[in-house]
Parts: sequence; C-alpha cells; structure tokens
Amino acid sequence: MTEQFSNREGIKGMINPTRYGLHRVAYWMQRLSGLGLLAYLIGHIYETSTILNGKAAWNNMLSLTETPGGHMVLVLVIGMCVFHTGNGIRLMISEGGKGVGKPGQPEYPYRASSLNSKQRLCIWVSIALAALAMMYGAGVLFGD
Amino acid sequence: MATVEVPQEKKAESTIPAPTQSTPKTITLRISRFNPSENAETKFEEFKIPVQKWTTVLEAILYVKQNLDHSIAVRYSCRQASCGSCGMKINGKPRLACYTKISELESNVVTVEPMNNFPIIRDLAVDFKQLFSTHKKMKPFIVNEESEVLPGTKEFVQTPQDLEKFLQFSYCIKCGLCNSACPTMATDKSFVGPQGLAQAYRYTVDNRDQGKKERLKIVDQSHGIWRCHFAGSCSNVCPKGVDPAMAIQLLRGYLLGFRT
Repeated sequence: MTEQFSNREGIKGMINPTRYGLHRVAYWMQRLSGLGLLAYLIGHIYETSTILNGKAAWNNMLSLTETPGGHMVLVLVIGMCVFHTGNGIRLMISEGGKGVGKPGQPEYPYRASSLNSKQRLCIWVSIALAALAMMYGAGVLFGD
Repeated sequence: MATVEVPQEKKAESTIPAPTQSTPKTITLRISRFNPSENAETKFEEFKIPVQKWTTVLEAILYVKQNLDHSIAVRYSCRQASCGSCGMKINGKPRLACYTKISELESNVVTVEPMNNFPIIRDLAVDFKQLFSTHKKMKPFIVNEESEVLPGTKEFVQTPQDLEKFLQFSYCIKCGLCNSACPTMATDKSFVGPQGLAQAYRYTVDNRDQGKKERLKIVDQSHGIWRCHFAGSCSNVCPKGVDPAMAIQLLRGYLLGFRT
C-alpha cells in the first residue's frame, strides 16, 4: 500500500506539537531534548577524546566552547538536561500507573483524568526548573 | 369536511417567549477528495453553504451531498455519537462529524479530511480493517471457563466498585479517533494503538475474566504497549471520555509489577 493510500501522518505528524494540548507539547519537548542530549553526548565524547592528541589539541578544542556560541550551546544543554530529567521522572511514575487518576463514570464534557492538573503542574514545573537552570547557567558562563 | 374547533384558551397568545432565531451565515466547507480508482492525488473542493448555530459538520457535508455534489463519499449512521462511523479530521484535529458543531470551530472555513493513520477508501471514508483486527486480537470478551450459565448456576456478582474499574473503557465506540491522533501510530504501522490497548485493559481488569495472562502476553511485544510514550493525544480527542491513555498506563502497571 502506498503512503498516500495508507494516509499515515509520518514524522511530520509525530513532531507537530500543536492540536492536542500540553501533554503533546511535553511529548515533543521530551523527544527533542532527548535527541539534543544524545547529540551533546556524542559531541562531548569527541571533545574529550581530543586530549589523546596532546595538550595543544585539547586547548584548541576548549577554546571553541569558550566562545559566546559555545556558551549558548551549554546553556541549552543545561535546559534540555533539567527538563528531560523532570519530565522523565513524571513519565516513569505515570507509566507505572501512578498519578493518572482513577477510572470512573465519565461525565460530559469528558475531561480525561490521565491529563489531570497534577500532571500539567509537573510539566510546568519541569519547564520552570529548566528555565531557572538556564538562567543560572547563563549567569555563570556569561558573567565576568 | 369536518373541522376541528380549537378551544378558546388555546387561541390565547402564548406567554412563553419564542426561541431566539439563529442568524444563518455562509461558511466555506473544504472537502478532501481522493478516488484511488481515478487518480492517486488528493485535492480539495470548496463549497459555500448556509449554516445555523446548531449545524453539525456532518449536516454540512450532507447538505453538500444532497444539493451540490452527490459523489462525496462519507460514512455515517447514527448522527448522535453512538456508532463511531463519522470520524474525520476537522480543521486539523480528529473529531466525530456528527458531534462537532460548526459554530464551536469559530472559523468561516471548515476543512474536512479523512482520518490519518487509516488507509483511505475514498474521500472521507477510511478502512477500519486494522483497527478491528487489532481489537479482536485483544480478546474483547470475558475469558472464563465457568461463564456458561447452566441450570443450577447463577450470574456473576459484581459490586459497583468492581464495575467502576472497567465501565469507562467499555464506552469505546471504535471510532478510531484515538488511533488517528496517536503520534506512535503516525510512524509505526505495526503498533497496536490506543484503542486496542484500552480494550485489553477493559477486559483484564474485569473480575469475571481469567484471561489476564494471555492479554498481557499479547500487548507485551515490540510493537505493543511499550511503544506508547504517554503523549495523551488519544484521551484528548476521545468523544466518549474513555481515556485510553489512563488505561494504557494502568495496564503497564501490571507488566511492571506495580499492580497484581
């Protein structure tokens, strides 16, 4: 069956954070930050491996991270790391069946218990913590 | 010819105010057209139609079908969100056409497309084969060797608390909106999907059922329950309050050993 016949949304649909509320935004941010951290890990391993080529190569690599662009990347990594951890803890607990509400008689207008206010609060707290950590990191890196 | 005399008191002017008249307005309905037997290209056709504040998207489509273009393919039946036939993407989001009023969309342009993640049969009609086969795989029935009611046996007794554990999930009308909204379904064609997983939980948690082990084995596979990442989109679009995301997380609790 061709893709058009199957009408599957594909990656374009998967990464679209709009349409389905805060949980879908959190899903998108979790995936994005996960990929970002993976890219950072690979870059970090490459960066530290330069020490094998001697002191000059290591210093040369360090000078790259000590630029405003390098600092921006590190600030972003701090944010991704904090959000991914905070939201990841929420997901691990929820995926064990905790904090997703109790089944009951649904009543119109049918607000899903699994998308409850505690879940939303956890997402917002993860975002806020990430923002605070980024601000602190920026203060340290860009401060004199 | 016999005439019926209306009693005097009935002729008196009613004190009940007449219902407020809705001002009809004209909107543009954009319908996705796709006919695989003619050509494999999707195109949109636009129709200007009059609507009232209570007009549903399904009524608008049927107006077009009746008056402007008879060839539009659309599946519908009950018109009251009970049969789950008229699921489609309305202004980018999966919804039931009979359950969505045009006035609530707050737009003068309404775009209707077939649901994503389902093969298109024609225009707005999609193929439910995969959804139904997945549903059947979940053993959507009570597995119990003693379930046959014979002389001398009685029905199973269930408390209201027992019933409440699965009642919500038994309201599924198999409309497929959850599968259409799911981000995993968008990329993984073998994924069981929120509908099937929610039904697996519905029967697993039923205290008359003894098929828990079998069902957990079915969902505990590479394209099964572990591919759900709790994006919550399925519960966001469910028109019956089934909350598949909750059912999936609770079902996962059994596999992780948090529940018995």
